[in-house]
Amino acid sequence: MKLSTLMTSAALALGLASGAVAQDKTKVGFVFVGPVGDGGWTYEHNEGRLAVEEEFGDKVETVFVESVAEGPDSERVMTQMALDGADLIFTTSFGYMDPTIYVAKKFPDVKFEHATGYKRADNVSTYSARFYEGRAIQGHIAGSMTESNIIGYIGSFPIPEVIRGINSAYIHAKKVNPDVQFKIVWAYTWFDPAKEADAAKVLIEQGADVVLQHTDSTAPQAAAQEAGNVITFGQASDMAQYGPKPRVSSIIDDWAPYYIERVKAVMDGTWESTDTWDGIGPGMVGIGEISDAVPADVKAEALEMKDKIASGEYHPFTGPINKQDGSAWLAEGETADDGTLAGMNFYVEGIEGTIPQ
Amino acid sequence: MDLSAINPLLFVAGFLVAATPLIFAAIGELVVEKSGVLNLGVEGMMITGAICGFATAVETGSPLLGFAAAAVGGAVLSLLFAFLTQVALANQVASGLSLTLFGLGLSALIGQSYVGIKPPRLGDIDFGRLADIPVIGPILFTHDIILYLGIALVAGVWAVLKFTRAGLILRAVGESHDAAHALGYKVKRIRTMAILFGGACAGLGGAYISLIRVPQWTEGMTAGIGWIALALVVFASWKPWRALLGAYLFGGITQLQLNLQGAGVAIPVEYLAMSPYIITIIVLVVLSADKSAAPASLGRTFHASN
Repeated sequence: MKLSTLMTSAALALGLASGAVAQDKTKVGFVFVGPVGDGGWTYEHNEGRLAVEEEFGDKVETVFVESVAEGPDSERVMTQMALDGADLIFTTSFGYMDPTIYVAKKFPDVKFEHATGYKRADNVSTYSARFYEGRAIQGHIAGSMTESNIIGYIGSFPIPEVIRGINSAYIHAKKVNPDVQFKIVWAYTWFDPAKEADAAKVLIEQGADVVLQHTDSTAPQAAAQEAGNVITFGQASDMAQYGPKPRVSSIIDDWAPYYIERVKAVMDGTWESTDTWDGIGPGMVGIGEISDAVPADVKAEALEMKDKIASGEYHPFTGPINKQDGSAWLAEGETADDGTLAGMNFYVEGIEGTIPQ
Repeated sequence: MDLSAINPLLFVAGFLVAATPLIFAAIGELVVEKSGVLNLGVEGMMITGAICGFATAVETGSPLLGFAAAAVGGAVLSLLFAFLTQVALANQVASGLSLTLFGLGLSALIGQSYVGIKPPRLGDIDFGRLADIPVIGPILFTHDIILYLGIALVAGVWAVLKFTRAGLILRAVGESHDAAHALGYKVKRIRTMAILFGGACAGLGGAYISLIRVPQWTEGMTAGIGWIALALVVFASWKPWRALLGAYLFGGITQLQLNLQGAGVAIPVEYLAMSPYIITIIVLVVLSADKSAAPASLGRTFHASN
């Protein structure tokens, strides 16, 4: 709980004391896994929260708690928010899945929205973005630009969302560069700048000249900048401050339209438990500007792929694709179904190493 | 599996860097605890040092000034703890915890305009020909001055505690503040100085993360290193060299497991990820099998009327 949070609660307490809070205000809570200033994942969710405030002004009140550990502590935070009268609570990390379901059971009148999970209930919706679409474009650029043919990948936790990203990036890197090799390091954290930087350094020392990250801070970008001649991609947020190199492009999560829509639904009384999974097309996943460090032809190919994915013409998981053990997964021209993607727990053929279970 | 991908020289040089923030924080807390005070605010003082150092280095262009500011920043924050526990006689555990919360919030506030900025680089010391010695040269003689300062600090603290009168007095205060008081020593003054020293060290450790190890400013970037330093002091039985050993073990194994993962070694990643904690604890617990107990007055509030 940070000063900003304390100040929010203090302001809230003052508001309550002066009786300024009208009963018809819709109260929206957000549970964040990192600090809002992480420059990545949580930063973008907070931007979404601010957009909600901007859109509805006086009619809405938002509260948030940042750096909430996944697990029992998050349950306490959600319960507190529900007790404080929140109408809608967004829980924005995979590890909040079970706590969200559990707390939702105790507060049937409160609506919950869980990001990146797969468990729903009458008052629990899930939402996520098809980050793997952006990963395909990253993989294409990475495979085209690597000279050492070693691409480093910093994973957070071995969950389907992260594994999808690794597979998608690998498939598209391999397509343009058959010699490409992925080195994957699991950090077992979403946010630990020192560890993320160490992981990036280790990968670079081991020959990687491209570092992809699925952790939330900008530390790997700083480490790559320090090492020189390494390229990276912004994760969750644009991370443009590290461009034009090492950061050559990025995946940007744009949650604002979704948050606004869902808050509106609660206000109108039309909220229903839904499962939303949007990608580049609807704009939930954005591709940050591809910098001039990328050769013009590669950039053009990447943008073309982006357009094709957006229009639905191309699916990043289009067969033929085999699983790591060589068994067939997708036949020629077949595309992956959402169910398999949502629970993805295998590497595709060619990736070395095993997924921690 | 391709172990040849791991460059042992870079690996060792890397873990010396990774361990340095931990060394600073642990040696500072060790002195504080030796004086009988339990300051759980290490994390808060580290992160405050990290932003004070970062901001100063960016504004002045001098990393060394940054480190000086980090030490001052950490010490100033610890002064708050000293006031609460030594003057207001507040509970040390609660005060320390609130210091951490306060430090995290304060640093986030100060750091708002420093996100995404690249700090000036602190150059490595030029050892001339020494750096050309095979193996030893690249490992030992390619670092910045702060890393050596950390090791020197451990030696200094050890020597002062063991051989000097000042060290003896500090230990006396930590073992029995009533006896020390009866002998005429200013218990509160001595403890306050120890707390300030601990704050300055934690600040330096924090700045080492934001200026050298990462190098950038991100909110909450110390991410628990202060807590590991606290644990390290206990497992090192309040002995400086063991704290150093523990820091190197922890930093070394953390780096090693990342390296092994990158090289694709067939050890399950879960075991690799938990190995730094387990091995450090086992080694230090085995070492502390001899009689070595906590300072007897640790965490107890002192008031002259007692």
